[in-house]
Amino acid sequence: MAYAAGVDVGSTQTKAVVVDEEAALVGRALIDTGANVISAAENAFAQALADADVPEEEVEYVIGTGYGRYKVTFGNEQVTEISCHGRGAAHMFPKTRTVLDMGGQDTKAIRISEDGEILDFCMNDKCAAGTGRFLGAASSALEIPLPELGPIALRSNRPVRISTTCTVFAESEVLAWLGRGSKVEDILLGVHESIATRSIALLRRVGIESEITFTGGVAKNTGMVETLQRKLELPLNVSPESHFMGALGAALFALDHIQAHRRPANAGKEMAS
Amino acid sequence: MTSKHDGDILGRGKSQGADLIRDWFGQLSAVAQNGGDSAYVFVMGSLVELLGAFDLPVVFPEINSLQTAVRHVAHEYLEEAEDYGYSPDICGYVKADVAVQLRGGDHPAGSIPRPALAVLTNACNTYIKWAEIWERMYDTRMFTLDVPGTRSATAPESDQQYRADLAYVDGQIRELIAVCEAMTGQRLDLKRLGDRLRNANTMNTCWKRILELNRRRPGVFNALTDGTIYLGVSNALRGTAEGAQYFVDLVEELEYKADHGIGTVDDETYRLAFVGVPCYPSFRRFNEMFTEWGGEFVTSTYLWFASGGSNLGFQYDPGHPIESLAEGTLLSVRDAMDSMFHQDRVLQGMIDDFELDGVVFHPIKSCRTVSTGLADGRRALMETRDIPTLFIESDMMDRRVVSEAQLKNRIDAFFEGLASRRQREMVEA
Repeated sequence: MAYAAGVDVGSTQTKAVVVDEEAALVGRALIDTGANVISAAENAFAQALADADVPEEEVEYVIGTGYGRYKVTFGNEQVTEISCHGRGAAHMFPKTRTVLDMGGQDTKAIRISEDGEILDFCMNDKCAAGTGRFLGAASSALEIPLPELGPIALRSNRPVRISTTCTVFAESEVLAWLGRGSKVEDILLGVHESIATRSIALLRRVGIESEITFTGGVAKNTGMVETLQRKLELPLNVSPESHFMGALGAALFALDHIQAHRRPANAGKEMAS
Repeated sequence: MTSKHDGDILGRGKSQGADLIRDWFGQLSAVAQNGGDSAYVFVMGSLVELLGAFDLPVVFPEINSLQTAVRHVAHEYLEEAEDYGYSPDICGYVKADVAVQLRGGDHPAGSIPRPALAVLTNACNTYIKWAEIWERMYDTRMFTLDVPGTRSATAPESDQQYRADLAYVDGQIRELIAVCEAMTGQRLDLKRLGDRLRNANTMNTCWKRILELNRRRPGVFNALTDGTIYLGVSNALRGTAEGAQYFVDLVEELEYKADHGIGTVDDETYRLAFVGVPCYPSFRRFNEMFTEWGGEFVTSTYLWFASGGSNLGFQYDPGHPIESLAEGTLLSVRDAMDSMFHQDRVLQGMIDDFELDGVVFHPIKSCRTVSTGLADGRRALMETRDIPTLFIESDMMDRRVVSEAQLKNRIDAFFEGLASRRQREMVEA
């Protein structure tokens, strides 16, 4: 059995995925990226191999993705996380036409064709407002762990207004609302709405077409999923593997490579080898 | 295919262009050191043909400013202007020039003489406020040429309206002539103006031909890098014998390349158009991020609007120099404005003429004039044509807002999309 792997080195977390010849996800790992990006990639890959119970020599092709993709020194190729999230989302939800990926410091809106081809994309520019980092700032200011933010926010029906301009200012805004006596759940729903507003603006720039698949670490946040669905008035596809979608897409591109080079003619969907 | 003549002709345009610009800055330095005055002009409607007939040395502050960025010292000038009180949010070209003035004309390419006269058009709204700075600093005489723009995106202008516009510009040029005569104490020599217009005709013809030559495969020059060098000569030496000869030689070089199938990259995989103003603080690297993928900029709206409309190849009538100068100015400045503000129409033609694979939109932080409409222009283009586009933002001057990692991520994703698209098209074929 041959395997393919994808390693997604993000700004805050590194994800690795192993897939088998049938494109089934057989191993995964998630670790904090930290300061040593090369080690993070190596460790995540090793943990994913262990999770899959697959020896490294059986992995025929590895693709690195994410901001640290060129630090995946053992990788055979690099592909951007934009292509990888599109590929992963189309694999999990074949009717996907729009992808919203919300990570630590990036939010991406991606429009894809029926064939999974990237038609257009748009990302946040220069500032992490509207990304997971925005939630991190709120978590820090309120001293509430990240996983609890969404459920607490969903208790509110009177969100405060948080500006969408700057993550650093967001923290002081949260403190200001606390100082005015606002409830924590109202502040948190305001934070979620602020991020959702900014993300939907990105989606509109590429054109919103159903089905929409929500990927990235923030997709695990139920409050964000509900806020986005309410504002979009559309359902979102959310996979339990949403956090791994970039790494999965990379692994699928790696599998394409393996399969294309086994066939006599290169008739597959290989990206760029 | 190459030949024994390659060494004599290839690369001549770039090296001679650099020499001419160096000499031009040297001449300006000599004027500055002798305490002489100059006329400050802008690329969209410079009227250097007329000013040259009065022997007025011309300074292009836009070129001075971008030169600080290309030489990687723009941040020093920008910070000096900001320390003086200018906002980080305003035009980087203006701020670098303010710092040059605060430094008494000190510029990395030499010394810049003071402006006795500033000639500007309404093609860029910042030109007017910029010239007012010199007016306050030096009591510079400002002359603003109001060029009527295109009235309608769809309906052609009537003959009556055109004649009225022409008369309006003609009248203003005659006012400028009176200003120049008063300043220099010289009467306008119509024969000298005619000679300048003949040289400009040669340059216009050549510029149009050069832009057209890149329709060939492979492209014979990079519209972003090589094109900017040619553009510098086109502006600075417009109407001069040296400028005319340079462009005749350049056409010869590029035709030679076209005839011999010599491109600027070994593997021209994707033919691209560039829309906007270059990223001068990262001039070479920016382009490399495209050429690494086999992407070649074969055309650019910048080579249209920053050439002041020379792309039209307008031919002056030296027998009627003033009337003809008015018409050339009206048409070329109007075209410059149109290619800056109505890129969708310009790009429709470029996609077919240059057999483009993609279009790169590059808004810049410090020039909202050229950047504001780019998102809409891109959307309009994508609604009418099935062509991949990339939208990336940086700046023409300020390295503080240029993030290579962010740019590269988007550029790589763009090329991955192009590769995937091409693969699909091959499979379908």
